[in-house]
Amino acid sequence: MSTDLIIAVIITVVGASTPILIAALGELVVERAGVLNLGVEGMMLVGAITAFVIVFVTGNHYLAILMAAAAGVATSLIFGFLTLSLSANQTATGLALTIFGTGLSALAGQGYSAKPVTLLGPLFPGLAADPFWRVLFGYSALVYFALFMVVAIWYFLKRTRAGLILRAVGENDLSAHSIGYSVIGVRYMAVMFGGAMAGIAGACFPLLLTPQWAERMTAGRGWIAVALVVFASWRPFRLLAGAYLFGLVMTMELYAKAGGGPLSAIPSELWAALPYLATVVVLVLISIRRDASTNAPACLGKPFLPSN
Amino acid sequence: MTITRRNILKVGAAAAALPLLGTKAFAQTEPLKVGFMLIGTVNDNGWNFGHATGAKYMKDQLGDAVAEPTVVENVPEGPDCERVLRELAQSGHKLIFAASFGYGDYVIKVAQQFPDVKFEHATGYQRSDNVATYNARFHEGRAVCGTIAGHLSKTGKAGYIGSFPIPEVVMGINAFTLAARKVNPDFTMTPVYISTWNDPAKEADTARAMIDQGIDVIAQHTDGPAALQVAEERGIVGGFGQGADMSAFAPNAQLTSIIDNWGPHYVEAAQAVIDGSWTSGDRWPGLKEGEVQIGPYGPKVTDEVKAAAEAIKQGQIDGTFNIFTGPINDHTGAERVPAGVTLTDAELLSMDWYVEGVNPPA
Repeated sequence: MSTDLIIAVIITVVGASTPILIAALGELVVERAGVLNLGVEGMMLVGAITAFVIVFVTGNHYLAILMAAAAGVATSLIFGFLTLSLSANQTATGLALTIFGTGLSALAGQGYSAKPVTLLGPLFPGLAADPFWRVLFGYSALVYFALFMVVAIWYFLKRTRAGLILRAVGENDLSAHSIGYSVIGVRYMAVMFGGAMAGIAGACFPLLLTPQWAERMTAGRGWIAVALVVFASWRPFRLLAGAYLFGLVMTMELYAKAGGGPLSAIPSELWAALPYLATVVVLVLISIRRDASTNAPACLGKPFLPSN
Repeated sequence: MTITRRNILKVGAAAAALPLLGTKAFAQTEPLKVGFMLIGTVNDNGWNFGHATGAKYMKDQLGDAVAEPTVVENVPEGPDCERVLRELAQSGHKLIFAASFGYGDYVIKVAQQFPDVKFEHATGYQRSDNVATYNARFHEGRAVCGTIAGHLSKTGKAGYIGSFPIPEVVMGINAFTLAARKVNPDFTMTPVYISTWNDPAKEADTARAMIDQGIDVIAQHTDGPAALQVAEERGIVGGFGQGADMSAFAPNAQLTSIIDNWGPHYVEAAQAVIDGSWTSGDRWPGLKEGEVQIGPYGPKVTDEVKAAAEAIKQGQIDGTFNIFTGPINDHTGAERVPAGVTLTDAELLSMDWYVEGVNPPA
């Protein structure tokens, strides 16, 4: 592999990983607060169509990202109201949210499928033109946003008081409640944050990957994001590694096949299975460590019902 | 008329027959209900859009003789499609089009239970008394695209984004490669199967992987314009619209497009059911009948290349040229079709080998 090709592969890997990373970071915070939202795929699709329509109408990519985040928040509030205020089953509600988001985005996208838009350009156009430095500086703002959020979420959860409260709500809701924190309030904030991140992850599809709208264009990546949170055992930096690993495997498959070299002899089915094999291996490695704990928030998925 | 027992019987018989006459007359004027089952959304600007446009064309042409067509979108190729087929049949649809390869087994199964309903399965190979198959000779269009690619490609390397390695796709790859190699004998083709009909981000990444490794012409058998957009962005020689004109997405990179025109077939089939003349069989028209059309040429296609492409197109229309006439070697270099022999339709529909110049995918 020549240097040029390696750089080209890295750039494609980063692009493919970014939406998964952003969506998974949002879900990580939601789950740390003790809420399991399986509606990531649906919220991403709502974000994707919103971003597409805004960029099609106004041509402003940053406004499109903001509105996609807002649309993600709005969608997540449906989930929040049902599961937090009404204590509905989180698994069922999350699944319903994905189905709802898929249908809503398809409805809103009627008539937009034959319309082209433009991608969000690189943040540093000068360096992006350099054949070597583009590997570090050739990306659009969405990529740097994802990386910044990894650090920001790590810092928030580990080093701030608000992060500690959020973790307390996720680990032991009754204790947090008994010392005066609003469990429902904290969880609403977390769910809305997850919605905003899923919306932005959706916006990556028309703005970063392929400048068009197609129904179901996220094609299951929201589910990969949900799985990655477990894979990363609820830790932001592991999530970063996991998202890039998934992106690498997904992309290497295509490069190997398109290159026609020795790697192209590997059957597609094995490539498709690789990320999941990696998941199994990581889960085994985590569980054979001495301080064996999956790190899962203790209250994950349980509705909060204070006995007054 | 005197009231005799015989006359009472006669009148009674006539009265009893009246409702029968009524139903018969009613059946003839009641509009035919036609159902369409699609794998994706009609907004894909490609394959499914083509079928939906055909359904609309049928309604426009036949007017009150047919009801507003029922189009069921996003039906997966699995047990779910059996349920959709049964629902369509039970709700009075007398002609049902199933427009994806993987519906085949289910169409045959459901058709046995509804012998009075006619089914037509696109791109399939299984038939019965009330199941016909229909397809379009897309490979004729691919031969035109391959001719253009052979002339314009600078690296002599093309990529082909396919969904699944089914004969329909293999045929397209082979027709494209054979045509390109008639122009440039060193031309090579690398197919990449992505195991989905609709994942635009994966299509785009596949196109990036191809371009980064020296491929400068990309053909595709998936349903959207994602690859063409990447071709436009990267400024490679170009690609081809699939199913519909996609020049809006890639005004410079789209060299031409293969347009599906199912409308005339749908009109013909519906009319045959109305007339009672429908029979099972396999219908496979192409450029000649206008079911496959070549879209406008892009700005990079010079007059000379245009003339070469038109010659291939015209040759296929008047029957003087067939892309699958030997000598044809397979990808190992062994002769597969002797000189002067043309592959039969049956051989094409079971094609599972690649011609010389194709890097066979795993």
